[in-house]
Amino acid sequence: MDITSTTAAGPPGPAAPAGRAKAATRAGDRVFLALSRGSGILLLVIMAAIAVFLTVRAASALSHDHGNFFTTFEWNANATPPVFGIAVLAFGTIVSSLIAMLIAVPVAIGVALFISHYAPRRIAAPVAYVIDLLAAVPSIVYGLWGALFLVPHLGGFYSWLDDYFGWTGVLAYHDGAARSLFTIGILLAIMILPIVTSVSREVFLQAPKMHEEAALALGATRWEVIRMSVLPFGRSGVISASMLGLGRALGETMAVATVLSPSFVINKSLLDPGGGTFAQNIASSFKESGDIGKDALIASGLVLFVLTLLVNGAARLIIARRKEYSE
Amino acid sequence: MSDVTMEQPQVADRAPQPRSSLRQPRLPRWAPPAVAITAAAVGVAIGLGAGLSSRIQWGLIAALLFVLGMYGLAARVEGRRQAKDRLATSLVWVCFLIAVVPLLSLAWETVGRGSKVLDGSFLSHSMSGVLTIQPGGGVYHAIIGTLEQVGIATAIAAPVGLLTAIYLVEYGRGRLAKVVTFFVDVMTGVPSIVAGLFVLSFWILMLDFGYSGFAGSMALAILMMPVVVRSTEEMLKLVPNELREASLALGVPKWRTILKVVLPTAIGGIATGVTLAVARIAGETAPIVLLVFGSQVINNNPFDGAQSSLPYYIYEQWAAGNEASYDRAWAAALVLIAFVMILNLVARGIARWKAPKHGR
Repeated sequence: MDITSTTAAGPPGPAAPAGRAKAATRAGDRVFLALSRGSGILLLVIMAAIAVFLTVRAASALSHDHGNFFTTFEWNANATPPVFGIAVLAFGTIVSSLIAMLIAVPVAIGVALFISHYAPRRIAAPVAYVIDLLAAVPSIVYGLWGALFLVPHLGGFYSWLDDYFGWTGVLAYHDGAARSLFTIGILLAIMILPIVTSVSREVFLQAPKMHEEAALALGATRWEVIRMSVLPFGRSGVISASMLGLGRALGETMAVATVLSPSFVINKSLLDPGGGTFAQNIASSFKESGDIGKDALIASGLVLFVLTLLVNGAARLIIARRKEYSE
Repeated sequence: MSDVTMEQPQVADRAPQPRSSLRQPRLPRWAPPAVAITAAAVGVAIGLGAGLSSRIQWGLIAALLFVLGMYGLAARVEGRRQAKDRLATSLVWVCFLIAVVPLLSLAWETVGRGSKVLDGSFLSHSMSGVLTIQPGGGVYHAIIGTLEQVGIATAIAAPVGLLTAIYLVEYGRGRLAKVVTFFVDVMTGVPSIVAGLFVLSFWILMLDFGYSGFAGSMALAILMMPVVVRSTEEMLKLVPNELREASLALGVPKWRTILKVVLPTAIGGIATGVTLAVARIAGETAPIVLLVFGSQVINNNPFDGAQSSLPYYIYEQWAAGNEASYDRAWAAALVLIAFVMILNLVARGIARWKAPKHGR
């Protein structure tokens, strides 16, 4: 990247020809630089515009809200007077995403290690390819599968969980359809697994071979090699991969909208149907919304936007702090 | 890394007879598969015996038995360090199986149920005049919508993304590049529904345009840009600096170096990245729900009036909630997956065809 600076820092001899070449090509370079920098600035403008437009609309919605936007447990934005609040949505979004992370990240690390270090080479390449393909399966297809296949198959498992862990309250289950936050969590875990896996795998594959071979030469077992040279190297990559997955889980719309049976209550039990997420609520209630209703949905979208901003910002900070491991 | 070099010699020093530490008893090669088969059999037996209705539990029990069995066996025969290694290995294999099962099931269900109504007439007819509870109808209008919306989005997002990546890799130093990098990361995390809401508030609520395929394309383009930037950036970074230096040393201006040396070297990866980004946005439903509004009839004009799209069609047919519409939803899902997979294969093909002859 630092081509010009390295040439400038080199021996002083070739300075004159470099200067002449620069003068001859300045016009083309300038146009190209302007174009590429312009695109970068365009991205910034879009991001700023998203924030501004959502905020303006949200402000107009909040001025009509007769409830407390953060603590009201209902969503009647089209009623007169409009009353809506995001408490239930925030709870559902965060809980389902956390469940997804708890399931997906360990499994994804396992699969990534399987591909990068454990699988026989003849299996590893096809498996990696299949996982990459699955990252491209559209969320609506996962939603369809979740609603028509996963939900009917989880009932038995949930009753079993209820038998043994029902006393916790969190894992109680009352024999409804399994269209609950926990099911959403499982489905989201399946959905974010490919992306977390493929990013982690890339990082694990980049771990310095010399370190691994050194450890092996000293008699370390395969697990010790991984624990001492691969995992420390890959940690920041795994964190960024997880954050990528978390961002997807937080904003996932269609899979949640198809599987969840929404209601504006916070259930103590995660296995029972009910609850909602930001994105699901927007998609499900958009078509019945009037002007204030749409603004209210945009306000909840703004909260989701800020939430994903925070997650991404946190991920960036963690990666920046851990960077000494990988460089 | 220092742990490695520090710890291992000590272990070697501590061992009084090097011969015994080198020639520990090992489990035979057939032990892991044997334990796996036993665990699976016992898992099924327990599942049947206890009358557990859900296959998920059978699998979990078998997995648990396998992991514990391997650990116990290795701890007895091979010692603690080897047992830990076996534990990690079996956990990794179990993770792999856990990951593969739902994905196989997804593929199986989609192909199995989707092929039921998928035929020529399904692909060449719209839902015009077909009630949702009737069998028949098709996805033609949705395919048209998807192709147009995704095409427009790509036409907007690919050049912008490509140029931004070039800026970041080839020119970017300074504060602007840092800010752009940061916001590309942030933009990657923007949920599709938020992009949809943005275009809704800007294009439809403020500028007062109607619902149209183009509105959807704008939201899709917003989602696609950061993906293109990221993948292109990675590919450009892989281009060896020696190539750039050689070209610059011959007096080639920088922009020509980028166009003639850097981009051709990375073109396989870039094309792959763009194609994968296309595949990703082709399945986006949320912005379509907000911006394109869905339609039962063929609308060839993406700039005027509601359209449909494949993912939206699936959602619509699922929401209708009866057998005929479920069949159509699965068939459309199969079409959509086939579309996405073909794009992926194309990407693969480009990558292989354009790969530099003297790769790493």
